[in-house]
Amino acid sequence: MSTTPKSLYRDEGVVLRTQKLGEADRIVTVLTRRHGKVRAVAKGVRRTKSKFGARLEPFSHVDLQLYTGRSLDVVSQAESIRSYGSVIAADYPAYTAGTAVLETADRLTAEEKEPSLRLFLLVVGALRALSDRTRPAGLVLDAFLLRAMSVAGWEPALGDCARCGTEGPHRHFSVPAGGSVCRECRPTGSAMPSPVTIEHLEALLSGDWERAEASENAQRREGSGLVAALLQWHLERGLRSLPLVDRSDVAPRREAGLLSEA
Amino acid sequence: MYEGAVQDLIDELGRLPGVGPKSAQRIAFHLLAAESADVGRLVAALQRVQAEVRFCVTCYNVAEGEQCRICRDPRRSTDVICVVEEPKDVVAIERTREFRGRYHVLGGAISPIEGVGPDDLRVKELMTRLMDGTVTELIIATDPNLEGEATAAYLARLVGPLGLAVSRLASGLPVGGDLEYADEITLGRAFEGRRRIDA
Repeated sequence: MSTTPKSLYRDEGVVLRTQKLGEADRIVTVLTRRHGKVRAVAKGVRRTKSKFGARLEPFSHVDLQLYTGRSLDVVSQAESIRSYGSVIAADYPAYTAGTAVLETADRLTAEEKEPSLRLFLLVVGALRALSDRTRPAGLVLDAFLLRAMSVAGWEPALGDCARCGTEGPHRHFSVPAGGSVCRECRPTGSAMPSPVTIEHLEALLSGDWERAEASENAQRREGSGLVAALLQWHLERGLRSLPLVDRSDVAPRREAGLLSEA
Repeated sequence: MYEGAVQDLIDELGRLPGVGPKSAQRIAFHLLAAESADVGRLVAALQRVQAEVRFCVTCYNVAEGEQCRICRDPRRSTDVICVVEEPKDVVAIERTREFRGRYHVLGGAISPIEGVGPDDLRVKELMTRLMDGTVTELIIATDPNLEGEATAAYLARLVGPLGLAVSRLASGLPVGGDLEYADEITLGRAFEGRRRIDA
C-alpha cells in the first residue's frame, strides 16, 4: 500500500445521476460549483444504515467532502443544502422536465473536473423553479435548454441571420445552420416557424417570463420542438429523457415525430 | 487461462451479477469437485426455471403455469391491489403477513434518464384490471427513491378519475434505529407522515 496522503476537497454540487456499483455502493455524478462534473463513489449508500441516506439522490443540492481516488473520487461526507427531489418527484411533468435538465447538464459537460460555473447556476435555477411550481414545467425546461446551449457556445440565432448576420427578424429557420436564416442563406429544407414562436423563444432565452408565460399553446409546442431539434443536433446522440417529457400541462402531443425530423 | 471446458464454465459464471473472476474460479472448482448428483440437481433446477417459469397473466409476478399462486388463491381479497416494481417486492411484502389482497408487478419504475417511460411498464394492464370495478383500493408500493416516487405520482394522477382509495406506503425511520443517525430527508418524511396515538 502506498502511503501518499489522500487529497481531500470540498465543494457543493447537484447530483445528476446515480448508478449502482457492486453490492451496496453507487457511483454518483455531481455537477459541482468549482470542480465541474465529478464522478464519485458513495460507499455503502444503498444500505439502510448508510450515513448518506437519501442525500445523494438525483436532484439533491449537497455540500460534499471528497477525496481523490485512483480512477474515481470517493465521497466521504455529504450534507444537504436543499433537496429538490421529493417535491419534483411528486409532480410528474416537473419530474420528467427535471430529468431532462439533469441529463442535458450531464451531456453538456463532456470533460470531468472542468469548471462550469454558469451551467451549475443554470441547473440550480431550473431545479428551484421546478420545485417552486410558479411556472409551467415545460417552459422552465425550454428556457434552461436554450440558456444551457448558449453557455456551451451554441446560442441559437433568433434575430439576425445565423450565417451572414444580416439584421432580422427572418422568416426561415434552419437547425443545422443554428437558428434564423435570411432568404439568401437559407439551406434547402429550412423550416418556416411562426414569427410569434421565435419571439416566444427570445423571451425564454432572455428571461422575460411575462412574455413567455403569455404565449399560446401552439407557440409553446412549436417552440419546444425547435429547441429539442437544436439540442439533438448539437449533442449528436439524442437525449433519452426528452421524448418522455410530460407536457400535458400544455396539451397532449407526440414529440417523437418532431425529433426524428431533426 | 484453463483448458476448454473449465475456462468456459468460469467465463459463464463470471457473467452472473455479483460474481467476479476470482469468485467464478472458486465456484467452478467447487463444482468440479462436487458429487455428480449435486451437479445434476443444479442443472435440472436451471433447466426447469428456463422451461416452466413465466409471468402470471394477471399480475405479472413470476409463476409456474398461467397464474401465480397468489392470483389463484380464492381466499385472498380481490378488492385491494398492491402495485410493486419487481417480483422481489412481492416476496418482501408477503413476508410481513400484513397484506391479504392481490398484487400488480409493473416491471420497473419510470426513469426517463434510462429511457424507461410509462409505456415500457405494465401500466396499461393495471388500468385494465381496475376498469371492471371490483377493485376499490390501490396501494402503491414502489421503492421510496426518486423513480419510485415519480412512478407513484404518475399512477395516482392516472387512476384519480376512477375514484378508488389510493394510498402510498409510509416512509420514515427504520424500526430499531436511532433518531440521531437518520438523514434529514427521511426524518422529514417521518414527521410529515406521523400519526395520532389513540390513548
